[in-house]
Amino acid sequence: MLKNKSIVSIDDVSESDISEIFSVSDRMLNALEAGKKLEMLNGKIMATLFYEPSTRTRLSFESSMHRLGGSVISVSDVKSSSVAKGETLADTIRMAESYSDVIVIRHPLEGAARLASKFSTKPVINAGDGSGQHPTQTLLDLYTMRKYFGKIDGLRIAMVGDLRYGRTVHSLLLALSNFDVEVTLISPQILKMPEHIRERLGKNIKVTSRENLDEKMDEFDVFYVTRIQKERFTDQNEYNSVIGLYSIDADTVGKMKKNAIIMHPLPRVDEIKPEVDYLPNAAYFKQAFYGIPVRMALLSMILGA
Amino acid sequence: METTLKVSKIKDGTVIDHVPAGKALRVVSILKIENNPDVSTTIAMRVQSEKLGKKDVIKVENKYLNRDDLDRISLVAPDATISIVSNYQIKEKFTVKLTKTIVGILKCPNQGCITNVKEPVNSEFSVVSERPLILRCFYCERNMTEKEVLSQL
Ligand SMILES: Nc1ncnc2c1ncn2[C@@H]1O[C@H](COP(=O)(O)OP(=O)(O)O)[C@@H](O)[C@H]1O
Ligand SMILES: [Mg+2]
Ligand SMILES: [Zn+2]
Repeated sequence: MLKNKSIVSIDDVSESDISEIFSVSDRMLNALEAGKKLEMLNGKIMATLFYEPSTRTRLSFESSMHRLGGSVISVSDVKSSSVAKGETLADTIRMAESYSDVIVIRHPLEGAARLASKFSTKPVINAGDGSGQHPTQTLLDLYTMRKYFGKIDGLRIAMVGDLRYGRTVHSLLLALSNFDVEVTLISPQILKMPEHIRERLGKNIKVTSRENLDEKMDEFDVFYVTRIQKERFTDQNEYNSVIGLYSIDADTVGKMKKNAIIMHPLPRVDEIKPEVDYLPNAAYFKQAFYGIPVRMALLSMILGA
Repeated sequence: METTLKVSKIKDGTVIDHVPAGKALRVVSILKIENNPDVSTTIAMRVQSEKLGKKDVIKVENKYLNRDDLDRISLVAPDATISIVSNYQIKEKFTVKLTKTIVGILKCPNQGCITNVKEPVNSEFSVVSERPLILRCFYCERNMTEKEVLSQL
C-alpha cells in the first residue's frame, strides 16, 4: 500500500508494491494508448522542487500529473531563490507542503529527500539526490525490462560505462538484488561500481565485473548503458580511448543476442551511435516513455485516487 | 581486588565502571551531565583494572542515570558496568547495550550527505552489524565502518 507514503529510496517499495505499481502502470499505458482522458487526480496539486537541472524527469513528472487531471506548481530555480537567501531545506519543505498534496524533489545532496519527508506531512517523491537514489527511474527501468521480457527473474544484465558516478545504476543494482538475476558490471577501472553499493546487495543476485565489453556479448538479455562524462577524466587521451571501448554501434549490436535490448537513462552522447536507434534492440526511447505510465501509477497510488 | 578506592564513596548516584582508558570525558559529554548544576561528577582516569589493564571510572552523585541514556555510551564504552548506588550500597548493576539507532553522536563521513550542511536535524544511524560494527546513515543510506566510527570517538 503506497497511499500517503513517501518514496525516497527503492527500499521504500516492497516486492508486492512493485507488482502493484506494474499492474497499475499497465492500466495507465492502456489509457494513454487509447487517448483516454483521466480525471482521477482532479483538484490535487503536485509541487516540484528541483535544486538541480533536469529535463526528462521533471517533464515526465509534470506530464504524468497533468495526464491524471491534477495540477503542478513549481519554482523555476529554487537554487537561486531560496538557497541564496540561506533558507534551509527543512523550511522550504514546511512551506511547500502547505501549498500542495505531494512534493517531488531533486537535490544535489544525498539524503535530501529523506530529510524532506521528515519535515513534510505530505508524501515526498525523490527525483534524484546527488549520487544517491533515484527510485522512480529504477521503477521505470524495471518496468521496461518486464515489458520486453515478461518478467525480470532469470535475466542476464550487463551494466556498461560509468558505474561509479551514475546514480541510476546504483539504485538499479540495489533493486535488482531482490530478483533472481545475473549482473555483469562492465566499466573502466576508474569508473567501477562503488564498494558502498556492492556491500548492500542481497544474497540472491550473482554479480561479476570486468573491464572488457567486447566478449561473450551474446550472453546478455539487457545492456544497460550509461554516459561516460568527459569531466571525470583528468587525462583527455584516456577519455578518448575509453569512450571508444564502451560505445555501441551497429557492429556491436550484431554480436548480441537477437532479442537483446539496449537501455540508457539518457541523455546519451557518444556511447550509443545514432545508427542503433533504428534497430529493434534500441529500447531507450521506449524506456523514457515508460516513465509516464510508471509515474502516473505512483502518483495515483500515493494520492489514493 | 581493589583494596582502596581512589575516589571516595558516594552515598547516592551512578557509577560507570570499565570505561576504556581516556574515554571518560567523551562519556560525560555524551550523557550531557557536565552542565547539570545539581550533579557532582568525579572522574578517575587511567586507573588500574584487572579486566582492562587501565580504565576510567565515572561517579555521578545524586543522579540515577537511566538505562536508555546509558546505552548511548555503548559506542565509546562497550564494556561499561553500571552500578546504581543507594545509601552507599549497590542496589542494581547492569551493562550497556548497543542501541538500535544512534542519534546525534556521530557525523556522517559522506561529505555529500545532507546532514553535513546547515539543516535542523541530528545525524542518525541504524546498526547493520555489531561485530564488526557497521552503521547506516538514515539519510544518505551509506554505511559507516567500525574504523570510521572509532576515529570519531
Ligand atoms: N558507594 C560507592 N561509591 C562510589 N563508588 C562505588 C561505591 N560502591 C561501589 N563503587 C564502585 O563501583 C564499581 C563497581 O563496584 P563493585 O561491584 O564493588 O566492583 P567490581 O564490579 O569491580 O567487582 C567499582 O568501580 C567501585 O569502586
Ligand atoms: Mg572492579
Ligand atoms: Zn549520511
